[in-house]
Amino acid sequence: MTRPKGKPRKSGRFEFTRWAIHPALLFTVVLFVLPLAMMVVVSFWQRVYGRLSATWSTANYSKFFGTEYLLDTLFNSIEVTVVTTIVSILLAYPLAYILAYKVSPRWQKLILIFAVLPFWTAYVVRSYSWLLVISENGIVNYVLLNLGLIDQPLQMAYTRGATILGFVHFFTMLLTLTIYANLVQIKPSYQKAAEDLGASRLQVFFRITLPLSIPGVAVGAFITFVIAIGDFITPQILGGSTEVLVPQAIILQVSRAANFPMASVMSITLMLVIVLVYALTAKHQKMDRV
Amino acid sequence: MKNQKLHTRPGMSRRTFLGYAAGISAMGALPPKLSHAADELNVLVWCDHADEKLLAPFEQAHGVKVNVKIYEGTGTALSIIEQSSPGDWDVLVVDAPDTPTVAGLGILEPLDESRLSLDDLFPPLISAEFNHVDGVRYAVPEKFGYYGVAYNRDKVDPADMRTAQVMWNEKYRGRVAVYDYYFPAMQLIAISMGRHPDEIGMDDLPVIREKLLAMKPNVKLVGDIVSVQNALVNGDVDIILNGAEFSVSVLMPTMPALDWTIFDEGGLMWIQGIGIFKDSGKKDLALEFLNYILSPDGQGRLATSECYWAMPANSQAVLNEDEKKILRWDQQPAFLDRSVPSTISQPDVDLAMLDIWTEFLQS
Repeated sequence: MTRPKGKPRKSGRFEFTRWAIHPALLFTVVLFVLPLAMMVVVSFWQRVYGRLSATWSTANYSKFFGTEYLLDTLFNSIEVTVVTTIVSILLAYPLAYILAYKVSPRWQKLILIFAVLPFWTAYVVRSYSWLLVISENGIVNYVLLNLGLIDQPLQMAYTRGATILGFVHFFTMLLTLTIYANLVQIKPSYQKAAEDLGASRLQVFFRITLPLSIPGVAVGAFITFVIAIGDFITPQILGGSTEVLVPQAIILQVSRAANFPMASVMSITLMLVIVLVYALTAKHQKMDRV
Repeated sequence: MKNQKLHTRPGMSRRTFLGYAAGISAMGALPPKLSHAADELNVLVWCDHADEKLLAPFEQAHGVKVNVKIYEGTGTALSIIEQSSPGDWDVLVVDAPDTPTVAGLGILEPLDESRLSLDDLFPPLISAEFNHVDGVRYAVPEKFGYYGVAYNRDKVDPADMRTAQVMWNEKYRGRVAVYDYYFPAMQLIAISMGRHPDEIGMDDLPVIREKLLAMKPNVKLVGDIVSVQNALVNGDVDIILNGAEFSVSVLMPTMPALDWTIFDEGGLMWIQGIGIFKDSGKKDLALEFLNYILSPDGQGRLATSECYWAMPANSQAVLNEDEKKILRWDQQPAFLDRSVPSTISQPDVDLAMLDIWTEFLQS
């Protein structure tokens, strides 16, 4: 039985569907749209110690984009995040591939559990744990020194490399999951058809599997980018503030000086970078494939 | 078809809008998380006030519950206060130099000195100007300490630690952690140059900036208390600059190689003050809490908090011999003689200092 197009059905199910979106909509409006709008407004205000002054000006934007060491925080964030994303993809893809095609279903489950283990520990605990591993008296230096491979402990903690290491540890597993979920959705018949037509294994991978798995890579990479570029804890603990990323600069402005206008400028800039990255990768992101 | 359904209502109807508005209003009308019950005291404090051993005697003596909200940094405290309703808070612990700023916001109650136990407080603390605004007292010093240096005696020459020149001493290249607090760090540099911290003006900042940036080769990390403590304990660094008793005393009972001192060129004091909110509905109970904190017993418990140790403001504080040794208690009169309080600079200088600090971190 059909009903005229555009005429709402008066069934209970329709009413429920219609109203079911309202809590989420309300949640988004109250906790995202309104605060975001407020943040945009505040970014044009000025800070007088302890108080916000509603004096409209673009001075905060001019200062952020016109001051080398402030702008460098943005470049640092982008560099660290891009390197993290690339390294994580390079590590995650082979792992996901092996998991999807070379491991029996029984072992897949076990390995997937291991893959999500990093998510079971608190972020702060995980970061401090890494310090125990890479500090001067940590496990890595202890082993290398005892094997006679080095004379002096390597400085690994409190560097950009340490920050990236902490990120990669977490995001490799996240990307493994998104890529794996995509790979197992690719119909084996595509690969078999290619092989039947004479394609080598490498050709099958590069012309069938890889292109079809790009959505999983793109979604995972985007999530990695968004979380990493906004993370404060990892660079703070593992990086040791020897260079500043945007989230650290934001915390510095808020906690030390209550300078919410400047912190808002930095936050908005960070969001614009994320929007830009989304715009550039949107056509590859197919959430339903992950 | 799904899309068609969703698009049958292109805009938000008035009824829906009113529904949202009512929802938002209802959220605003929800009772605050803080209790205003007569037998509860809401205190906004640093982490050293959260110990059971500190709060329990007061709670038992007065039959009340002390609700503790911990903050770090005056900026954070002001944010919390701004988001609260008048009367939510009863007691505030604040960096003493920030007292005039906070009092200037009109949120602190003037204190009647005749109702406070001030007699045994160290004189330099009780007479400090920043406790008062226009001759009216708004806070009482309750705990203090120094920005100086903490170190591992087994790894450094303790004699080197007594001079501020250690900040640039090439012997300690890459062996230094700096506690991440910009203005005392720069005030220590001023002291090393023979300048009084209070005298720092815009004209002094270029030289201070130069000296700060020159310190960077020695610096392995800049971090909060936990981070610099962790680095010292792990052996990643041997020295914590801009830290002293508050950064290592709590560790010293189990790590006797750790120690701290102030510089011969002069010490820089930090002082915590405690005050009462003007809109508190329990000012008498809040005053009782202040007097308990200032009592010898309360002071001993506050000084040896699990969060961080530091000097009690009361010279008669109850401390055992080990605690006195760790806190260099016998040296306090001499330390106080050659120390000055770390005070906040003028707002424009303060902002410029934060900018220089950010540049230092980035360099």
